[in-house]
Amino acid sequence: MSKPVLRVQDLSVTFTSLAGSVFNRQERQIRAVDGINFELFAGETLGIVGESGCGKSTLARAILGLLPPNRGRVMWMGDNLTELDEEAMRQRRKELQIVFQDPVASLDPRMTAGDIISEPLWTFYPKMARLQVDERTRGMMKMVGLLPNQINRYPHEFSGGQCQRIGIARSLVLNPRLLICDEPVSALDVSIQAQIVNLLQDLQKKLGLALIFVAHDLSVVRHISDRVMVMYMGQAMEVSEKERLYRKPLHPYTNALMKSVPVPDPKLAAAARRENWLTGDMPSPYRRPKGCVFHDRCPFKVKRCEADVPPLRRMENGDRVACHRAEDLDLSVVEA
Amino acid sequence: MNDNVEKRRSERTVDDVFAQAMAEPDIRGRSLWVDAWHRLLRNRAAVVSGVLMILIVLAVVVGPMIAPWAGDFTDWDNTSSPPSLETGHWFGTDAVGRDILVRTLEGGRISLLVGLVATLVSLVIGVSYGAVAGYYGGMTDRIMMRVVDIIYALPFMFFVILLMVVFGRHIILIFVAIGAVNWLDMARIVRGQTLSLKNTEFIEAARACGVDHHSIILRHIVPNLLGVVIVYVTLTIPQVILVESFLSFIGLGVQEPMSSWGALVNNGAQDMESAPWTLVFPAVFLTVTLYCFNYIGDGMRDALDPKDRA
Repeated sequence: MSKPVLRVQDLSVTFTSLAGSVFNRQERQIRAVDGINFELFAGETLGIVGESGCGKSTLARAILGLLPPNRGRVMWMGDNLTELDEEAMRQRRKELQIVFQDPVASLDPRMTAGDIISEPLWTFYPKMARLQVDERTRGMMKMVGLLPNQINRYPHEFSGGQCQRIGIARSLVLNPRLLICDEPVSALDVSIQAQIVNLLQDLQKKLGLALIFVAHDLSVVRHISDRVMVMYMGQAMEVSEKERLYRKPLHPYTNALMKSVPVPDPKLAAAARRENWLTGDMPSPYRRPKGCVFHDRCPFKVKRCEADVPPLRRMENGDRVACHRAEDLDLSVVEA
Repeated sequence: MNDNVEKRRSERTVDDVFAQAMAEPDIRGRSLWVDAWHRLLRNRAAVVSGVLMILIVLAVVVGPMIAPWAGDFTDWDNTSSPPSLETGHWFGTDAVGRDILVRTLEGGRISLLVGLVATLVSLVIGVSYGAVAGYYGGMTDRIMMRVVDIIYALPFMFFVILLMVVFGRHIILIFVAIGAVNWLDMARIVRGQTLSLKNTEFIEAARACGVDHHSIILRHIVPNLLGVVIVYVTLTIPQVILVESFLSFIGLGVQEPMSSWGALVNNGAQDMESAPWTLVFPAVFLTVTLYCFNYIGDGMRDALDPKDRA
């Protein structure tokens, strides 16, 4: 196999919040992203799933240097992005782009669609001829399925789905090598979701992008990903090839996530609810459980889970899992 | 087979739509500014105030040029004469025979000029200061805002009197004094807005696109602040005019023979019983102007921020 374009090593992001009164300041720390490792190859899609607040978006932002990581390295084509100075990092941003969750909020309401899409061009190629910028902008609009004659419209004159297309056009205008999609479809309704996901897939094929797709919708992730990483409390529980992950999860949490997907058929839904053993909420990030972070919600836990942190181990088939009992549990999902 | 036909048909229509759209001229977008302008035009009080303001400004600028008297001309035949068409003194004259109409218009020049210039000064300093403090945050923000707090704590009148004593009485000093105090409010408002703006996704998107800090402030922060700033400016102008009037009223403002509405009201108030017209006319101009600015400001706030009100 070729070398990975992106290699994330032991990446951690900690947020500090102040608590207590003025006289009794206490610093409390939340480890939003805690020692994440993975690698990504050119043209590959990695899905990242997990409950709200598990650190998915934080991880996405940390990879792009929009949030400073506390520890770890982000190796991009041989350079450690976390050690680059501001200007060098700015230059690398040509290759690394992001699509945001809220399509409307991610567009400047005072700028036209054309201005928004061409802003990266002006930023990196200030001497580019006006005509050329215009041509490229219209080309991008057509590529993402927007009518180029709407170039002078403002974000509030577009629908949510169209706004997301503008966001995608902006992120692709510089021909990036890596695109991170931070829940790009969760703010859109289902019919538009499909369009946007298919669009991303087409563009990925056409442009050979490496894609990181963050979402909490498991079916969307299954549709688009090659591999999937499951996160819980800032840690990776499992990184597996997609089909294997959905058919035979290695980690109890992955299994629980899949069982918590709502079932439309009411008869089956009752059965599914009975089978869904995941109860309670994620523990407060301030009180992180000792040992395996999942042990207090896990029905399969043994003594060892409360004491030892399970490392992310590589299995025979190349998948990785952070569970002491991965070998002796059979968590296969029976699909309807 | 059937699917294929179906697919081809839908593809063709998409292409057709594109081809058709490419042939058509570009659609003109309707910016938020244009929207706001249309909303403003539907606000009757603001429109009437706007028209009145334009008339007042025109009168103040052109009036003294075409008037038969100069502002400092003393008509010894008509001292303290009431308003009349026969003498040609439509607004009457003051105790030394100066025409009130011309003096009111000339005073308006000073009052409006002070209002505009001092506001402009506070606008430029306040917006850049506030945007920088808010955007960079952290230590920069803390130091910059403590400086604002310290200047804020200076008693305004004390500050003005000090300036007058040190540099003598001069109209420029009024600009400086008022501008120096007014930008503090502007800086605070702008900083607050910037703080909430800088965490929006479109600013983060701009950073992810490699836009540098300087351009983010100029291209994204400031244009999105402008709505709030414009409203504040239209409400600051009357405030500044009032402050100038107050300074002139207590004798710290403009010097004779120059005058302003505040100075004229002061003079008029002294002759209030014998010659009320010397008080009434400048006072009416001053009040109408203040009303107009306030109504325009209100109208702009409604127009620029339609979500707040029905």
